[in-house]
Amino acid sequence: MGELLIRNGFVFDPLQEIKGDRMDIGIKDGKIVETSALKNPKAIDAAGMAVMAGGVDVHSHVVGPKVNVGRLFRPEDKLFKSPLKRCDRMEMGFSVPSTFKTGYDYARMGYVFVNEAAMPPLHSPHVHEEIRDTPIIDNAAMPVFGNNWFTLEYLKNNEIENNAAYTAWLLRATRGFAIKVVNPGGTEAWGWGLNCESIHDPVPYFDITPAKIITGLIETNEFLGLPHSMHLHCNNLGNPGNYVDALDSFKLAEGYTAKNAFGRDQVMHVTHVQFSSYGGDSWRNIDSQAKEIMDYVNAHDNITIDIGQVTLDETTTMTADGPFEHQLQSLNHLKWANTDVELETAAGVVPYVYSPNVKVSTIQWAIGLELALYSSDLMRTFITTDHPNAGPFIRYPRVVKWLMSRAARDETMKTFKWLDRTIESTTIDSIDRELTLYEIAQMTRAGPAKALGISNIYGGLAPGMDANVAIYALNPEDMPSDPDMIENAFARCAYLVKDGITTVKDGEVVAEPAKRTVWVDVKVPENAQVQRDIYEHFLRHYSVGIENYQLFEAHLHNPRVIEVDSTQ
Amino acid sequence: MAKKIENVGCPFCGVCCDDLVVTVSDDGKKILEVENSCIIGSTVFHRAMSERHTLPRLRQPDGTFKEISYDEAVDYTAKVLHNAKKPLIYGFGSTNCEGMAAAAKVAEQAGAVLDNCASICHGSSFLAIFDNGYPSCTLGEVKNRADVIVYWGANPAHAHPRHMSRYSIFPRGFFTGKGHKGRKIIVIDPRHTDTAQVADIHLQVQQGHDYDLFDAFRTVVRGHDIPDVVAGVRKEQIIEAVDIMKKARFGTIFYGMGLCHSDGRNHNVDIAISLTRDLNDFTKWTIMAMRGHYNITGPGAVWSWQYGFPYCLDLTKRDIAHMNPGETSSVDLAMREEVDAFINIGTDAAAHFPIEPVKRLRKHPWITIDPHPNMATEISDLHIPVGIVGVEVPGIVYRMDNVPIQYRNVIEPPEGVPSDEELFERIYERLCELEAEEAAREPAKAAPEGARAGE
Amino acid sequence: MKTVTITLANPPELYLEGQNITPDNFAGKKAAEIATLDVWEGKMKGPLGKYFTVEGEGGATAADTKIVLRGDCTRVKRIGQQMTAGEIVVEGNADMYIGGWMKGGKIHVKGNVDSFCGIGMEGGELIIDGNAGHHLGSSPRGEWRGMQGGLIRVAGDAGNDTATFINGGTIIIGGNADIHVSTHGEGGTVIIKGDAKGRVGGQMVKGDIFVYGTIEYPLPGFQLVGEVEQEVDGATALFAHYIGDLGERHPVSKGKTVYANIYTRL
Repeated sequence: MGELLIRNGFVFDPLQEIKGDRMDIGIKDGKIVETSALKNPKAIDAAGMAVMAGGVDVHSHVVGPKVNVGRLFRPEDKLFKSPLKRCDRMEMGFSVPSTFKTGYDYARMGYVFVNEAAMPPLHSPHVHEEIRDTPIIDNAAMPVFGNNWFTLEYLKNNEIENNAAYTAWLLRATRGFAIKVVNPGGTEAWGWGLNCESIHDPVPYFDITPAKIITGLIETNEFLGLPHSMHLHCNNLGNPGNYVDALDSFKLAEGYTAKNAFGRDQVMHVTHVQFSSYGGDSWRNIDSQAKEIMDYVNAHDNITIDIGQVTLDETTTMTADGPFEHQLQSLNHLKWANTDVELETAAGVVPYVYSPNVKVSTIQWAIGLELALYSSDLMRTFITTDHPNAGPFIRYPRVVKWLMSRAARDETMKTFKWLDRTIESTTIDSIDRELTLYEIAQMTRAGPAKALGISNIYGGLAPGMDANVAIYALNPEDMPSDPDMIENAFARCAYLVKDGITTVKDGEVVAEPAKRTVWVDVKVPENAQVQRDIYEHFLRHYSVGIENYQLFEAHLHNPRVIEVDSTQ
Repeated sequence: MAKKIENVGCPFCGVCCDDLVVTVSDDGKKILEVENSCIIGSTVFHRAMSERHTLPRLRQPDGTFKEISYDEAVDYTAKVLHNAKKPLIYGFGSTNCEGMAAAAKVAEQAGAVLDNCASICHGSSFLAIFDNGYPSCTLGEVKNRADVIVYWGANPAHAHPRHMSRYSIFPRGFFTGKGHKGRKIIVIDPRHTDTAQVADIHLQVQQGHDYDLFDAFRTVVRGHDIPDVVAGVRKEQIIEAVDIMKKARFGTIFYGMGLCHSDGRNHNVDIAISLTRDLNDFTKWTIMAMRGHYNITGPGAVWSWQYGFPYCLDLTKRDIAHMNPGETSSVDLAMREEVDAFINIGTDAAAHFPIEPVKRLRKHPWITIDPHPNMATEISDLHIPVGIVGVEVPGIVYRMDNVPIQYRNVIEPPEGVPSDEELFERIYERLCELEAEEAAREPAKAAPEGARAGE
Repeated sequence: MKTVTITLANPPELYLEGQNITPDNFAGKKAAEIATLDVWEGKMKGPLGKYFTVEGEGGATAADTKIVLRGDCTRVKRIGQQMTAGEIVVEGNADMYIGGWMKGGKIHVKGNVDSFCGIGMEGGELIIDGNAGHHLGSSPRGEWRGMQGGLIRVAGDAGNDTATFINGGTIIIGGNADIHVSTHGEGGTVIIKGDAKGRVGGQMVKGDIFVYGTIEYPLPGFQLVGEVEQEVDGATALFAHYIGDLGERHPVSKGKTVYANIYTRL
């Protein structure tokens, strides 16, 4: 395999605290190597350009049944909105792209790893089929646990070890990556059309509070020592006044420290926090509580967050927060898809238009940016749009532009119908901070990789890591005065090298290196109780047999397994 | 010693029972016994080896068939696809997702229309889902929670024999320990079907007027008055049914061809979805399409993630996909004489399409890919036999509730007989060769176009 | 106004997709250049000149351009699609999507048209002397924002699914309409001078429908509230006034529920 030398670029690698030094990066046999180890490399001239590790997305809905419902039930998301084919397969869709388009578009932006935000365990073969059909990028997928009947029963009885054994079993059965928690307890209540309104509101029948589910899963996660922390979508998402529920959830992490062999420091990753940062008590007086949220996050370094930035597009919301989606459709009256998944979870999908003419949308826009701009540690604050919920992932370059340029924010704000009310209800107008390329690198590769526990492979440029390098046509010593150029540079990277293969050049895909499925295999002690419980539930309650539920090896595509031995 | 193979999926209907136990002979070649399936499922296994062809057969000028090699069949098919202006590849009710993905690759490369049996079946559901959404659930939710079941225009006693016992009426689930005694069953059907025999209430709707009846249900839900009789059903009956539905703890509407293919088709499903949405303001309701074949949900899933559309995909532009049932649907294309080649795979269009589109398709090259002879093979120009998914070929299938089930094989296909996936991969390779040959001959045509605005 | 006359001299074996046949695309072009515009027959892309003879030249702008289609265009789809101004006259029949997504200008078809005509219409006029197929003035699959504006007038009959998800604009049908009129409608006006088969105003939120003949199967969700005299398409008449669909949601304006209206002539 080839030798490659990326010459003379401005390197931004927060994992090594390299802040724009002009240096060379050596690549050999798909890995980063010391340049002295190269004999006769091909060269890429990165002079005058910013060099970073390939991007790492910590949370995006790209593969799986609810994503597919979003595709299937929105033919209008394709009509007049799809580009013409220019790679190996057609590319269809705007807010919920086809799997091929997903892979190509992430690569064009210089990304190499995408963590699928939620996998309903019963549907894991579907998730893996879509992963197979998503070219270039490596994928992991997080099974959902926060409404799982096994989890609810074990945690109610404080049986952390049993819950850990079940969690390990489920991660293996689904070839999953981490513990995802969505609207804990509330989505089980949704099985009856109900919800848990706060973290203290007990789940019908199971009689456990969301708070206890959250702490139980933190403990389970640290008991096992998984690469990532538990990954939380807060209760009461999307409602005015819900910042208190976010803060209540954050506080549950107090006193816990991360236990793992993967360099992860947080015990809780809270996702798309923008949707949980609302003050006020109605749509009339909703306002931003981003400062309060970030005061807490800044002061507690065992928490990481991603922002869930609203991009002001017509998009498609999709989440395992079933009751939230039902509520959304009663607000905008648009088509609503829902699937309750036996013993495990639910999902809802509703199209949504975030408009610059709608005050709530523009307030939401401001909040996402505020969260990032108030952050004192961008290694713990990541860029996402909760794709496609707050906007399609192809808008990440636009989010970068807004974060790096006050002028760009002003330009966008000029289009707001309710600008004055937006300014009154948020603090966005008072923030002049502009993030740097280094900080962007923290938010989009180093930080997410560290939080995911994969920073020995992805997210950095140290020798030994995978040779995933993104080069953007931005000169840190001569940044463009037109902020749109920032967006263009991040949307079409000058180069993406993945596994040492030049994959994208000038924003066009030129090669399709094999993608991987990354999953976590946890060794736990034999647990006869849990085995019996699993057997019983499959015998009596599941509609699929246990032998067919677990993913067949033949359906796992090009795996990269991360092994954890929790028996130590 | 005979071998018992457990956890076998049944390759017949959308219930996708995965608890079959198949006993095969010691040499692994014969199926001896099938346990747990309904009579239709066991017939699929027991009849697997009857009337099998193991080589493709090409129609001769005198009307008879002659056996040819698979290479020749692949070449013939690739040429038909390549030379046609608008070929149609249709079927996919009964194959695995891997085969559907390979066929899509061929259709994209050849510039073909790609369609599946939903076009004449639950396409009405898709159209309704496009316009109104789909509040649904998995079958295990019904088993564990549902206390009111509505069958509207569906007859599972005949079409999905184990549906009621595995999921909807009889099972004792986590919250439904009383089984059928704790469930109320409402059947709405113009006929007093065998399913209606197990109903607590049977509303005998006037055929073709389900939409009006749904409108009446919705009007009552919102507290308004309705006429004394709607669609042959009395006002008191409607009010009683709505009351039961509003007081349910968890209800599911299962529906089938009675809605999909009586007057108004997709609108019947659409308004059923509206009613389900309305009921969610009071309690918990879901709706589910009773998909017919064991993997007819498959192409809808696969092509949605690959192209964004579940059926009626016009890939003829080759650089963008277009879907509009009514224009790009198989029967319409056939009736309007808009296609000039036809590949029938994993289905029997000659039996299932109305006779007029069959006649019009028959004017053009017709290739059938199917393990067994059927009406389509008997009028085809070429019949290519393949392995039977679920019996001889493993793979992923999607149950009627979109849950993926990993199917196994219990025996191997006959010697030399490929799977659908293998066959389409070979056709794809040959197609690429033909295009490369053509490009070499006429370089001016080979340059890809691309300056057109997105569609 | 400059006129371009295209005559279908070499009909396709299958169907032709003619979305480039618009005043917008012909403006500023002479005949030879117009003949190089793309049309599609299945997967075969060819120049317009392969099928049509072209005479005349386009005006400076779309508004100054008139297109006349001669020959049997029964198998030509998408004429006038997305046009913003100018005129098209089809001397005979045409196929599907005629005037689809049009924003302005005028199309006059002297014969019949097939389905999906005026789909997603935003403005302009679509006049059909014969009959129209299904989904006239409808919205594309999945699109809840249907016809926004403009006028469609069909002298003959229309098929089913007229005005699905209509938001605005006017559709006038001189003859009869098959089932499903203004399904899911949220505005606009549909006038049927003949009879309507049934499912008129199903799941309708807002908007108006006038039926001069009879509705064979009226929906239970519409209630008679009175009689009213209205001027419709230049003539005044007395109508029975129904409101509904009572099974559907309705907006509230100034404290009052806004229903959809069906008027049947007395």
